[in-house]
Amino acid sequence: MEDIKKRISISKYRDHIFAIVGLLSSFVGLVLLFTLFVDLFIDGSPRLSYKFFTSFPSRFPEEAGILSAWVGTTLVMVVTAISVVPLGVAAGIYLEEYARKNWFTNIIEINIANLAGVPSITYGLLALGLFVYFFRLGESILTGGLALALLILPIVIMATREAIRAIPNSIREASYALGSTKWQTVQWHIIPYSIGGILTGIIIGLSRAIGETAPLITVGALTFIAFLPSSPITSDFPFLSFKWLFDPFTVMPIQVFNWVSRPQAGFHVNAAATGIVLLIMTLIMNAIAIYIRYKARKKIKW
Amino acid sequence: MKKKLRVREFLIEAFLFLSAVSSIFITLSIVIVLFYESFGFFKEVPIIEFLTGTQWTPLFAEPKFGVLPLVAGTLLTTAIALSVALPLGLITAIYLSEYAPHRVRETVKPILELLEAVPTVVYGYFALLFLTPILQKFIPDLSGFNALSPGIIMGIMIIPYVSSVSEDAMRAVPMHIKEGSYAMGATRLQTAFKVVIPAAFSGIAAAFIMGISRAIGETMVVAIAAGMMPNFTFNPLESVQTFTSYIVQVSLGDVPHGTLEYKTIFAAGIVLFFMTLFFNIFGFFLKSKLREKY
Repeated sequence: MEDIKKRISISKYRDHIFAIVGLLSSFVGLVLLFTLFVDLFIDGSPRLSYKFFTSFPSRFPEEAGILSAWVGTTLVMVVTAISVVPLGVAAGIYLEEYARKNWFTNIIEINIANLAGVPSITYGLLALGLFVYFFRLGESILTGGLALALLILPIVIMATREAIRAIPNSIREASYALGSTKWQTVQWHIIPYSIGGILTGIIIGLSRAIGETAPLITVGALTFIAFLPSSPITSDFPFLSFKWLFDPFTVMPIQVFNWVSRPQAGFHVNAAATGIVLLIMTLIMNAIAIYIRYKARKKIKW
Repeated sequence: MKKKLRVREFLIEAFLFLSAVSSIFITLSIVIVLFYESFGFFKEVPIIEFLTGTQWTPLFAEPKFGVLPLVAGTLLTTAIALSVALPLGLITAIYLSEYAPHRVRETVKPILELLEAVPTVVYGYFALLFLTPILQKFIPDLSGFNALSPGIIMGIMIIPYVSSVSEDAMRAVPMHIKEGSYAMGATRLQTAFKVVIPAAFSGIAAAFIMGISRAIGETMVVAIAAGMMPNFTFNPLESVQTFTSYIVQVSLGDVPHGTLEYKTIFAAGIVLFFMTLFFNIFGFFLKSKLREKY
């Protein structure tokens, strides 16, 4: 009896120990995040000023800024969003609403799961071979934006599917019962009900694209760009120009990489400051995504 | 009217179908581009020399194309990352699925997911300028660029991935199996290790294997903090080069299209692609096996 009691108390003791170990190990990530924030802010905040956002890169760390980088990031993101949204959402709708359960659909699904696991730099090599040299788009904003669009396509497709899957079948049946066609059902019921989830996925995807560096280095984004791409708005008719699509560019993560790779400590400060800007942007995007998901969930009651 | 509607329906379905099929074209073009561009490389460098050579110096005047230093660098950083991510990820998953009260889980999980939102260049910065100097205080032999520090950071980066996939697997274990264990008087720890983990094994293995693929493909952290030295070594204190960071190094310079130097990045890319493809498919297979079981 004594022996059994002892064994029980040992088991219980181990159980409690593990509860503490588990709590601690799930905090490792949080501690790292916190340290990273603090370290970055201590290193980089002295450089964050109005001038930092309005200056071009320079040989002198104090004078260097991220003007060309944030403009480049913005334009690349515009291209990425415009190309990935219709493609990803359409593919998601097809797979959930239209696709028959057969081997071909199966292949598409396995393929998308696999694309999600392809290293980002591979997309860079694809873009280099396909867009830069095969389609002759050059080492341009267009190439960069398309490369990132391919990279986040699986994220958008999977988010769209998940959002659509949450819609109960009764909605579809009600719509069909009133005589709507498939597309009418999708247009008036499926898309409005899943728009929250779809938007969340798009924003999360774009927030990943904003921080991506490797594929853009591979397609030949430059590290030192002391000019802005040509303006999309012109004074002559038709007042819009798409020349900027073919301009060389740099983006913020590449500036971080470039500055952190230099030996001088002054440039490390710049890297940290740019890192802060990047981090705040991705965190804001994630916060917006979480908020939209929360709102959408509250609004709809099946 | 009816005919017009039918045409519209057809056109829309065709567009949606093409969008879905485009994903297959992406995979095909990845394979075609990688094969096409590295074909020229393997015409000039015999595959045997490529796979067995222990020196990788394609940018030297007398280039050597032995891929083993890159293999060693990649394996080393991946092994370090996994030895951090696997235990921590698994313990976190067990804790979150079997122990944590609802409130704790709902707070910890989204914050853990933020780890994946941080741009990898920022992690690289952190590994090089924060972690390495700290590690150097404990390990004086540690060089400024090394495999250890980016390996550890990569490991922490992929904790949320490993833990969320294994947690899903553990939650898929039916409640009555766990209840059976509790009814026999087992503690939560005993239930977790003797019932839940064996039952969810294939899902946990999938998490590990996909974690490996993540670590192999990670680029910026190693490119920044591991240095660019293709060293044939398994010493974590030295600077190493991985497949990914080699591609970055070459891309940073001006690489003329069609030169052997240009083709080397595709040769490195093809090895990288098939390594990750192997792990991804293996992981996918294990995951679907779990789904069949319950």
